[in-house]
Amino acid sequence: MASVTLTVNGKQVTATVDPRTLLAQFLREHLHLTGTHVGCDTSQCGACVVHVNGRAIKSCTTLAVSCDGALVTTIEGIGTPDNLHPMQAAFRENHGLQCGFCTPGMIMSAIDIVNRRGNKLDEHTIREELEGNICRCTGYHNIVKAVAQGAAAMN
Amino acid sequence: MYAFNYHAPKTVRQAASLLAKNTDGKVLAGGQTLLPTMKQRLASPSALIDLGHAEGMSGIEQKGRNIVIGAMTRHVEVSTSAIVKNAIPGLAALAEGIGDGAVRNRGTIGGSLANNDPAADYPSAALALNATIITNKRKISADEFFQGMFSTALEEGEIIVKVSFPIPSKAAYEKFPNPASRYALVGVFVAKKGSDVRVAVTGAGSNGVFRSKECEAALSSRFNARALDGVKVSASGLNADMHASADYRAHLIPVMAKRAVEKATAK
Repeated sequence: MASVTLTVNGKQVTATVDPRTLLAQFLREHLHLTGTHVGCDTSQCGACVVHVNGRAIKSCTTLAVSCDGALVTTIEGIGTPDNLHPMQAAFRENHGLQCGFCTPGMIMSAIDIVNRRGNKLDEHTIREELEGNICRCTGYHNIVKAVAQGAAAMN
Repeated sequence: MYAFNYHAPKTVRQAASLLAKNTDGKVLAGGQTLLPTMKQRLASPSALIDLGHAEGMSGIEQKGRNIVIGAMTRHVEVSTSAIVKNAIPGLAALAEGIGDGAVRNRGTIGGSLANNDPAADYPSAALALNATIITNKRKISADEFFQGMFSTALEEGEIIVKVSFPIPSKAAYEKFPNPASRYALVGVFVAKKGSDVRVAVTGAGSNGVFRSKECEAALSSRFNARALDGVKVSASGLNADMHASADYRAHLIPVMAKRAVEKATAK
């Protein structure tokens, strides 16, 4: 067993875990933050994307213990039902989802894209940058629209 | 994944001593290959020695006519580094094309080189740019470092600390990605430094990254895309799988080399 201390959505947590616990598993099963989804479990689909020290990573392919001391932000940490994050609001307004399974990862990746590439994102950039997030419902059109609008609204 | 003991050394020296004590242990860098492999139970190290908290293993600097990159430097840092973009733009572009954004935020140059996946991008850059791999024990030239698929000159207890790339006069990378996995079916890194031309090929060789003597010979007389017209590469020793035959990969090598030279020589 190993000890890990994280600051998750602004709240410090310390736990003793089996070292093989993945960050996604830790968030979902230990902290009950089930907004982070596990889709493929092979780092392809991006449903598990969270931010670690401000950067989007695939939490199914990261050990919780490797993140010791880190700041972690999950989909639960960016907005509330009454006060959605601009990117969440844009996904709602543009109907950027159908089943919603990929949405937490899409939104966490989208915010990371804005952090790295700025608020003015053209369609090509958004499509290229979403390479690591897979949606099996929408055909991506509304997701791309949502990311562009959310990016502008984050300005 | 099977259980393992976890260690997070603070220095390279501590990491090396832990590695020596845990003979079935493995070094964990960014984990973007090792962790999926462990999840599939294709690897079951008794211990993981995580370099994520070791000091002085990350960063990019120019030292004279070399760009020196710490082993734990993430792909995103190489792809966005002003130093790399200025001195070896082809290397920054290569890093930008690895995996996806989230993978690039985590994966490291040292991990990629140590793993020497036959379809990984970085080995071609290290080989074509004639890089020196600096470990906790010694310096290894790229020509000696890569020893076949998933095999390197690294000995037991040896850890890559940094990689030094001589700044070329011209260099670029082109890959033909597998449409599904995005790994290189064929990736070609071309580099010219003085009169020395090196062409390294990844994705194609059944024994990992290699230098294409045919392309190098053609480009040594004239570093121009047209110099590759009519160059044929033998299919012997190339991979054949459901994605591409050996002949197709052989065909792609001069094609990718040509595109890379065009990119390298574009004004």
